[in-house]
Amino acid sequence: MDVTFYIAGAIAVISTVLMLTRLNVVHALLYLIVSLLAVSVDFFVLGAPFVAALEAIVYAGAIMVLFLFVIMMLNIGRHAAETEREWLTPGIWKGPVLLAVILILEVVYLARGASAGLGTGAIGPKEVGIALFGPYIIGVELASMLLLAGLVGAYHLGIRKTEKPEIRHVTDTDEGRADTGGDLVLAGTDRSARTT
Amino acid sequence: MITWLWLIPTLPLVSATVVILFGSRLPRRAVTALGVGSIGLSALVTVLIAVRFVTAPPAGQAYTQILGTWLSVGGFQPQIGFYLDALSLLMLLVVTCVGFLIHIYAAEFMFEDESYSRYFAYMNLFVASMIVLLLGNNLLPLLLGWEGVGVCSYLLIGFWYRDPANGRAARKAFIVTRVGDCAMMVALFLLFTQLGTLQIQDLMQRASVQWASGSTYALVATLLLLLGAAGKSAQIPLQVWLPDAMAGPTPTSALIHAATMVTAGVYLIARTHVLFTLAPAAQSAVAVVGAATLLLAGFSALTQHDIKRILAYSTVSQIGYMFLALGVGAWQAAMFHFFTHAFFKALLFLGAGVIINAVDDEHSIFRMGGLRKELPVAFWTFLAGGCALAGLPFITAGFFSKDLIIWEAWSAPGGHPTLWIAGMVGAGLTSLYTFRLIFRVFFGPLGTPVTKRPGYAMKVPLVILAVLAVAAGYLKEPLLTFLHSSLPTTIEARVGGLTETGSEMIAGLLFLAGLYLAYLFHLKKRNLSNALVANRIGGALDEWWFAGWGFDWLYDKAFVQPYVWLANVNRSDFVDAIYTGIARVADASYRVLSRTETGRVRWYATAMAAGSVLFIAIVLVWY
Amino acid sequence: MFSLGLTGLLVRRNLIFVLMSLEVMLNTAGLAFVVGGSRWHQPDGQVMFVFILAMAAAEVAVGLALVVQIYHRFKSLDVDAISEMRG
Repeated sequence: MDVTFYIAGAIAVISTVLMLTRLNVVHALLYLIVSLLAVSVDFFVLGAPFVAALEAIVYAGAIMVLFLFVIMMLNIGRHAAETEREWLTPGIWKGPVLLAVILILEVVYLARGASAGLGTGAIGPKEVGIALFGPYIIGVELASMLLLAGLVGAYHLGIRKTEKPEIRHVTDTDEGRADTGGDLVLAGTDRSARTT
Repeated sequence: MITWLWLIPTLPLVSATVVILFGSRLPRRAVTALGVGSIGLSALVTVLIAVRFVTAPPAGQAYTQILGTWLSVGGFQPQIGFYLDALSLLMLLVVTCVGFLIHIYAAEFMFEDESYSRYFAYMNLFVASMIVLLLGNNLLPLLLGWEGVGVCSYLLIGFWYRDPANGRAARKAFIVTRVGDCAMMVALFLLFTQLGTLQIQDLMQRASVQWASGSTYALVATLLLLLGAAGKSAQIPLQVWLPDAMAGPTPTSALIHAATMVTAGVYLIARTHVLFTLAPAAQSAVAVVGAATLLLAGFSALTQHDIKRILAYSTVSQIGYMFLALGVGAWQAAMFHFFTHAFFKALLFLGAGVIINAVDDEHSIFRMGGLRKELPVAFWTFLAGGCALAGLPFITAGFFSKDLIIWEAWSAPGGHPTLWIAGMVGAGLTSLYTFRLIFRVFFGPLGTPVTKRPGYAMKVPLVILAVLAVAAGYLKEPLLTFLHSSLPTTIEARVGGLTETGSEMIAGLLFLAGLYLAYLFHLKKRNLSNALVANRIGGALDEWWFAGWGFDWLYDKAFVQPYVWLANVNRSDFVDAIYTGIARVADASYRVLSRTETGRVRWYATAMAAGSVLFIAIVLVWY
Repeated sequence: MFSLGLTGLLVRRNLIFVLMSLEVMLNTAGLAFVVGGSRWHQPDGQVMFVFILAMAAAEVAVGLALVVQIYHRFKSLDVDAISEMRG
């Protein structure tokens, strides 16, 4: 079982590295999802099936999908890759890498002498649930309030004042849409009939 | 009668206050009545008290009148009290009577001046302060009067304040005497902390009990008192202010700088004579200071051109004689010389005022001449005063007093032949410069023509003073016995080699020699004096003595220039710089810190990460 | 992993990447918690992870809404362009 842990861990680390160095956002996002799934496997090995499932479903499933939605909505375009290239100069890695290395060393120093024994026996969802509704009940309530706040905030921040009418798209694409029936608004008009 | 003592200073003080407050609105006559009248009344009261004092002396030859306690702090309760004994009575008589005559003179002298009332206010204030100084039974009223006369001297020297030179002279006088005042105050502190009282008679008693002869405390205290007295009385090293003080009106010069204020130092030393007898070294210092000053001033007077400056240096020289007398222990001789000097010096100054007025404000004696026929009253009175100053044997008062001092310089316990020689040389010099002055001004061809003649208010005081200058000498014996009650008599210690008559003879010969030399150089063959000045050595000496032996130059280089340099260096005020420095540091740090506020998220994140990394490292290292 | 996330946060200029690196960091923190809980046989580690997850979700929601707004306002996703609180 240990081997699985290390392999999954390695995959997680590698895919995180790859994520950081991609020029295309969507590629990076996909790498991130891989990393998260690898971590989920790690959780399974550690004997935490509940959390593993949660990670896969919520984190990789919901949150990353949300990312994808936003990226697609922003409609970034082709030139983003070039911009990324010029932003990612080699020299820029120096300082942060230094800090990261120091941090790693510190953590390693702290963690030395800890016995490396993977946990025997899984802690199933039942125990987690008991813990959640027992001593941690307050945390649960607070988390729900947090989620509510997040919901309301996201909604409010997402409002855009529309000064111009909703027509962002140029007319020819509208027609294209109307032809294929994808545009619900202009479908059914005989505009396309005119051009032909 | 004697209880009217408090009236003597109060009358001029009240008059001064009234004139200050209302003087500009009162007519000239009223101001004159107040200003002159108050002094006149004081003089009258003084004379009455003196008569009573002499005929029916109070117990212990002294009378104390306490007016009240000044302040009460801890164990320190100085009183405002008046102490009348022979010494203070004598000085009081001189101050009030001579002051009265001078005020009468001033009424006419200053009549056309626009600040007439201000002048009388200051003069009355001065007389009031001087009287408080003289009468104080405690060193604190003495200090009060001391400071008061200093202030009035400043005000009166700079009376014509519109001319900046007068202001400078006034400031110089004030600052130089201030140095002396500081020394005196330190002496007062010392006396109080050591002896626990400032009451003069108690002080004397405790000092003679507590301090052995030659004790360091006595030495230090008396040296400081000497410095203070030297400041007020214009002796070395603080004599530089008196010649410049002649910038004030002539009645002021007569009153303050001839007869009264400059003798305050003499009074101080005479009052605290017990302390000086306890410190023989200091007493010798007094004598040396006196001898050196009288010579220095005598030589300087020989070269001056301005008539008032000659008289100023002459005053410095004569007070040197008084200091010399005090230094050798001839206390009564010093006071006697003060007595006579007040008369003839005031007379000379008033005469000089008449002359200056007459020749349209011309001060230089080389531009005057032949005034003998033009101003007869001035001439005869001036001659009387000049002979008194030079010491015409047997007739004038100056002869009696000065020769007494010179004799005591030989024979008194503190005396020394060198001091005697100094006194003799000084006498010769005095005669020389006095007759130089007289021959130049009154004899010879007419110089500047006479435009104004003096009125009665100016002539009468001259005549009275001339009579006194001659007659006062005959009061020598009664005066000395009178003073015996408050000052110790001097015992003649050194006999043999010289008798008193012998000394007097030599002095008389020197008088004649001076007279003849002056006649030769300044009347008969005037070109001889010009030749003397043109000669190289003579010319150099002339310049050096003219500048007061270089003391002004010395003080300028040693004190004034460094102080001005320091003030310039500190122009940006280093104390202020500390505060502005704080502000500037805050400003600089603001500038530095505001550059870290870039608005960029990654920068902030880096900073946070670095900070936490560092923090963890520190924690790890320490634990 | 945490350091990697930190590095990514500091290096990338695209706002999306910044948020993604942030997610990585949160994830690894949660991983540490779970490992701890597993080591000492307590459910507390997993409980903590659940909380972290909830918080991450809320944060992503709000953050992405902000990203949308920023894009509309500044027309770019450059982190350095949003530095108006300067000085």
